[in-house]
Amino acid sequence: MIEIANLTKKFDQFTAINDLNFNVQEGEVLGFLGPNGAGKSTTMKVITGFLSPTAGTAIIDGFDISANPMEAKALIGYLPEGAPCYGDMTTQGFLNFIAQIRGYRGEQIVTRVQHVIEEVELQSVCQQTIDTLSKGFKRRVGLAQAIMHNPKVLILDEPTDGLDPNQKHHVRELIKNLAQDKIVIISTHILEEVTAVCTRAIIIAEGRIVADGTPTELEAKSKYHHAVSVKLTDDHDLAVDLAGIPEIGEVEKDSEDQLSYTILTKNGQPIFTKVSEVAHSKQWPVTEFHVNRGELEDVFRMVTQHTQREVV
Amino acid sequence: MGNLGIIFRRELLSYFATPLAYIFIVIFLITNGIFTFDLGGFYIRGQADLLPFFSFHPWLYLFMVPAIGMTLWADERKTGSIELLLTLPIRLSDAVLGKFLAAWVLTGIALLLTFPVWITVNYLGDPDNGVIVAAYIGSWFMAGGFLAIGSCMSACTKNSVIAFILTVATCFLFVIMGSPILLDAFPAWVPQFLVDAFSAMGFLTHFDSIARGVLDIRDFLFFTVFIAAWLLASAIVIEIKKAN
Repeated sequence: MIEIANLTKKFDQFTAINDLNFNVQEGEVLGFLGPNGAGKSTTMKVITGFLSPTAGTAIIDGFDISANPMEAKALIGYLPEGAPCYGDMTTQGFLNFIAQIRGYRGEQIVTRVQHVIEEVELQSVCQQTIDTLSKGFKRRVGLAQAIMHNPKVLILDEPTDGLDPNQKHHVRELIKNLAQDKIVIISTHILEEVTAVCTRAIIIAEGRIVADGTPTELEAKSKYHHAVSVKLTDDHDLAVDLAGIPEIGEVEKDSEDQLSYTILTKNGQPIFTKVSEVAHSKQWPVTEFHVNRGELEDVFRMVTQHTQREVV
Repeated sequence: MGNLGIIFRRELLSYFATPLAYIFIVIFLITNGIFTFDLGGFYIRGQADLLPFFSFHPWLYLFMVPAIGMTLWADERKTGSIELLLTLPIRLSDAVLGKFLAAWVLTGIALLLTFPVWITVNYLGDPDNGVIVAAYIGSWFMAGGFLAIGSCMSACTKNSVIAFILTVATCFLFVIMGSPILLDAFPAWVPQFLVDAFSAMGFLTHFDSIARGVLDIRDFLFFTVFIAAWLLASAIVIEIKKAN
């Protein structure tokens, strides 16, 4: 388990993270979201022991990262932002070095390095210098070094940044496979990634947690949650027809497609049946009709911009 | 092999994975030759010793060693690999020492490859080989002193050119500290013990006696303490500056 308590990091006058508190359990894949400069990377740097916190603690499976850094670091596999490596080494040489530092000796090094090379599919570039690799391969070398010692805690700072869709898919599959008995924390600003791999998401802004929950819970905070989208073949004034129903909020017209409407709910209640009854009785010229789950992007904007306004 | 050894090995091999080590060694040997035989008047002196060879070393190191030292930490910080290195389960001291030792061994290899000069002087005459061995070791320790300054300066900046310039400037200061020109420049009201202390910090003060074959343990002790102090400073600077 990772326990983060009152974690604060200040750089001179600037407070990068401010009194963070959260726990992560085994088996959880935590997505760490936030606008640029919100403190995602700083939080990861503190948890992995690269930076020391100004106040508060990060405890990795019982080991305080400040008091017992060696024990705590041994439990963590970390992919720093941009996946930095030693560019003048070959993939094989670099991974051998990491295996040695992680405590493997002799034959173990060979088998372990071979294993991670197969896991992230680096066979074709084993003998190539890392500097000559493409961005996708470099990222995978970074992942390979992070999972070298089969760590209990995996912390990945923007693991899919700059990858093509196939590579993204591959990395996400890899994270899902690794996650079973581990703690995984990934930072990202790609929201679809959260829905794809995370079991939980924390949104931070201005160094504070502004939302925490499963992706579905967060989506439910969106004003589009349970909203009904309708596409018509002919224009029709929906607002007039729906006027009498108390659960229904405003009706939004799509700015690009003049015949598409989104009917919002007033207090988060499902309105599908109500709307479909009205549509039936008033004979709307409907071609598409579906319920929205809510958009993470919408929630993201709502919670992060809210704090920014507060600060101003 | 402990973490120190693993880091040392990686660093040393990476010097030889790029042309850097070879270029350093070749240029070191060529300039050494020019200094010794041309400027030093090795043959003209008609003496079977290596004084002209060693007495140029402080000035040779002044430009050669900072070129090795400048990459020690500046590149790690620039590429971000410092974040990878320092989140591995190693102590900072392992990293600082391992990197320093690798660079120091590289200068040692370059120094050892000057052995033809030693063969030459033995072929031409009958030198005191004990003195020569002591001077070699002394020279290597002095290179370590330059390198330790380089390690610290390199930790101060992400830009290796700036690290190079800072290192050369600082090394130059320590080289000339003991020279009469600088010592005479002190006004009379400065107490003598301060002038002595200042002079005692100079590389030339210690290296001149080593090069002449005066083997004083205090001179070696000076360089050892000097190296330790600058490496400690490196560790402190890394700790402070690694965030940005």
